[in-house]
Amino acid sequence: MASAKEVKEVLFGPIFANNPIALQILGICSALAVTSKMENTVVMCIALTLVTAFSNLFISIIRNHIPSSVRIIVQMTIIASLVIVVDQVLRAYAYSIAKELSVFVGLIITNCIVMGRAEAYAMKSPPMLSFLDGIGNGLGYSVVLLTVGFVRELFGSGSLFGYQIMSLASEGGWYQPIGLLVLPPSAFFIIGGFIWVLRTFRTEQVEPKE
Amino acid sequence: MEAYISLFIKSIFVENLALSFFLGMCTFLAVSKKVTTAFGLGVAVIVVLGISVPANNLVYHNILAPGALDWAGFPDADLSFLRFLTFIGVIAALVQILEMALDKYVPALYNALGIFLPLITVNCAIFGGVSFMVERDYTFTESVVYGIGGGVGWALAIVALAAVREKLKYADVPDGLRGLGITFMSVGLIGLGFMSFSGISL
Repeated sequence: MASAKEVKEVLFGPIFANNPIALQILGICSALAVTSKMENTVVMCIALTLVTAFSNLFISIIRNHIPSSVRIIVQMTIIASLVIVVDQVLRAYAYSIAKELSVFVGLIITNCIVMGRAEAYAMKSPPMLSFLDGIGNGLGYSVVLLTVGFVRELFGSGSLFGYQIMSLASEGGWYQPIGLLVLPPSAFFIIGGFIWVLRTFRTEQVEPKE
Repeated sequence: MEAYISLFIKSIFVENLALSFFLGMCTFLAVSKKVTTAFGLGVAVIVVLGISVPANNLVYHNILAPGALDWAGFPDADLSFLRFLTFIGVIAALVQILEMALDKYVPALYNALGIFLPLITVNCAIFGGVSFMVERDYTFTESVVYGIGGGVGWALAIVALAAVREKLKYADVPDGLRGLGITFMSVGLIGLGFMSFSGISL
């Protein structure tokens, strides 16, 4: 069994020190479109964390039996089956959210974080550590997504999780919402800003001049 | 005919796969440092989307959709829950076949697209295009138009971004923002530009 220090490293490292979105350029693909509301964002984060953790676990368990020539197909099949489970559960218990997330639940399959961690970590590490690595990377992804979702919903429509926090000017309140934040491109500005802040405090992540 | 032209324009500009649905972002950011490579990847995406969206349309409507297995004697079968697994398999197989066919018959094109083709299997733009096709219930002809249009839109976006990034090399960017940060901001600005097309209907 791994030491406590190693476990901590694997679990919390990806949150700031080695964030999958800000540093590894992984997994930006599907997720940004779901960040205009906190509710959808949280569901998406939970779904992705679970899929990453369990795909890492299963791939790690059978890693010594997968021939390397067909490993991508094997990984894809495991990931796709897990995503089908998530999709069916969402459809059964949270239909309205599943409808709003539409194709983006399915897109977890092609999310680079899941594939990337399976290929880079789970293929050469023991099951328990791989599972924790999956959760850690899921959390790193969630931190970025939740930040973006928080900013977009609070300042874009004055609410959080659907509850009105700041009363809107159009309904007789005082807050004039920033319409830009509801539109898709705003997510890029917020992530760009997030990366800027992160790298101001962690200067070792700054990219060298070309 | 007009409906198809309208769908084509809409899939290129208004509902751009990269800029308004954030699909294929990983490759979009990673392979957009040079215009020539970006163009090669863009062409590969057009080809793969143009083939895989109609192919998956046929698979979905003849095998997976509720009641589609009527011809095989299973009128009650509903295999639509298997669609993710099937689509990803069909896409991977198509890319593989395309790679072999190009290698044999059009070596020049194969050399140009070669390195990008395997990358495309896991490109979310392809899978996203296929999922949108199912969700919006396109017919076969519509799916051909949508596949090609979506691909052209994605190619346009990545070439535009690559052109911007080539010039950005000369800019004096704050340290923390250099590289990835400023690229995100540029994509946001290009996205805003593309948004001015929304509301156009032909």
